[in-house]
Amino acid sequence: MDTQIKTQNMLQKALQSRLGRRKILKYGLFSSGAMVLGLGACTKHNGGSSMSGAIDVGGGDTGILNFAYALEQLEAAFYIQVNAKFYTNATSAEQAILADIMNHEIAHRDFFKNALGSAAIPALTPDFSSVDFTSRASVLGTSKALEDTGVSAYNGAGQYLSSADYLTVAGKIVSVEARHAAAIRDLLNPKSADFAGDDVVNASSGLDFSRTPNSTTGGPSIVATANTFLKTKISATQLP
Amino acid sequence: MKALTLIDEIYDEAVIKKNFSRRETLTKGLGFGLKAMLAAVPLGLMDALGNKAMAGPSNTTIVGVLNFALTLEYLESTFYTMGLAASGLIPSTDTTIFMQISKHETDHVNTLTTTITSLQGTPVAKPNFDFTAGGTFADVFTNYQTFLAVSNAFEDTGVRAYKGQAPALLGAGAVLTAALDIHSVEARHASEVRRLRGLKGWISNAEANGDPAAIYAGEDNTTQLNINVTTVTAVPAVSVTEAFDEPLTMAQVLAIAGPFIKS
Repeated sequence: MDTQIKTQNMLQKALQSRLGRRKILKYGLFSSGAMVLGLGACTKHNGGSSMSGAIDVGGGDTGILNFAYALEQLEAAFYIQVNAKFYTNATSAEQAILADIMNHEIAHRDFFKNALGSAAIPALTPDFSSVDFTSRASVLGTSKALEDTGVSAYNGAGQYLSSADYLTVAGKIVSVEARHAAAIRDLLNPKSADFAGDDVVNASSGLDFSRTPNSTTGGPSIVATANTFLKTKISATQLP
Repeated sequence: MKALTLIDEIYDEAVIKKNFSRRETLTKGLGFGLKAMLAAVPLGLMDALGNKAMAGPSNTTIVGVLNFALTLEYLESTFYTMGLAASGLIPSTDTTIFMQISKHETDHVNTLTTTITSLQGTPVAKPNFDFTAGGTFADVFTNYQTFLAVSNAFEDTGVRAYKGQAPALLGAGAVLTAALDIHSVEARHASEVRRLRGLKGWISNAEANGDPAAIYAGEDNTTQLNINVTTVTAVPAVSVTEAFDEPLTMAQVLAIAGPFIKS
């Protein structure tokens, strides 16, 4: 613990001199106990640590796979909780869809953990305090956000992969996330155009919305969105 | 010592941000489509840190892939235009869905055509189609269930076709991203159309549900990156097959599309 505090102080000094006050405020370094937590965590994985004390996914192909692993962990945890006790008046059709999606996300999570091996980031602790699991609107709304985020994340990260095999496997997963997104969107607004709505698919180019992990085009970054559902925060400082 | 490592990493981050700034400047505000694609093509030839050359595909390769995709998009866009024009075919409850799909397929034709031209390529001409596939789907424009089956076939094939070509676009930057962005739209369509047929939005095993078996060949694969996923997860094997969509090669796709293309 002494070492950790000492490290923290050194890091604070270093950060203050290199980054200045604005950036420190931006990353919220001193707003909570997250710093100590983060430093504790960063000794346990290979992804490196970030300036915010969050668990950094690392760089290169491994970083992108770890970023995907983080999102899949989040999705799996969400659907496990959804399936543990369905929201009020969930139809059997809705329950079947949510059970299938849970299984898919668990398969993705377990696949990434295994594929990454010793390079994998640790298990993340989710924070779904913003979700009302008894409410259909809250659960399906969160599901829609997670699936759309997953689609845009895989699409946006694809061009930064250097391995054709990883690109292919990312492609195998992203289309399933898109299938989920369409199904959930249709549950929320049946038989409308929302399954591939103009809010996610550009109405003139027909292209799905895609973003890199830290891009803030069109709203908070994917990393920031993921962190709203995570107790253990992640960062992707070596990715675009 | 740990702190020194951290400082190094923070410094690295600043360097990375600087390297990315050029890419961001060029693509910022250009939106989707041609401009964004073109702006990023040369940058796509650099690796993720923007400071090291990464071999990308030649223009010829890119144009070849995009023309293949364009052929499929012509197939789909023509199919939906004809379906929406066939009186009494699509129930009014489902018209909104097919108008949205039709709009996207037409968008894809235009996006691909413009991109091919801008890469100094020649877009393929629109083929002549036979949506009965030589009589296999004789009532495709008079029987809604047949129409749905063919739509389902085209959408799931489209997903597999784009997926199969992604590695050929490795290093092509925003052109790859655009292809991925079309790929996931086809998957959204596929999910919706499948559910209109009373099916799951995802593909279980290699189940073809009355469509040509070749469209689903290999979808029952459970091995990814040499990992048999069924051995590392507790979920049922069928869920593992649903969780990963599989690619098709260009030859496989053309064999599936062949019966629908007259000339």
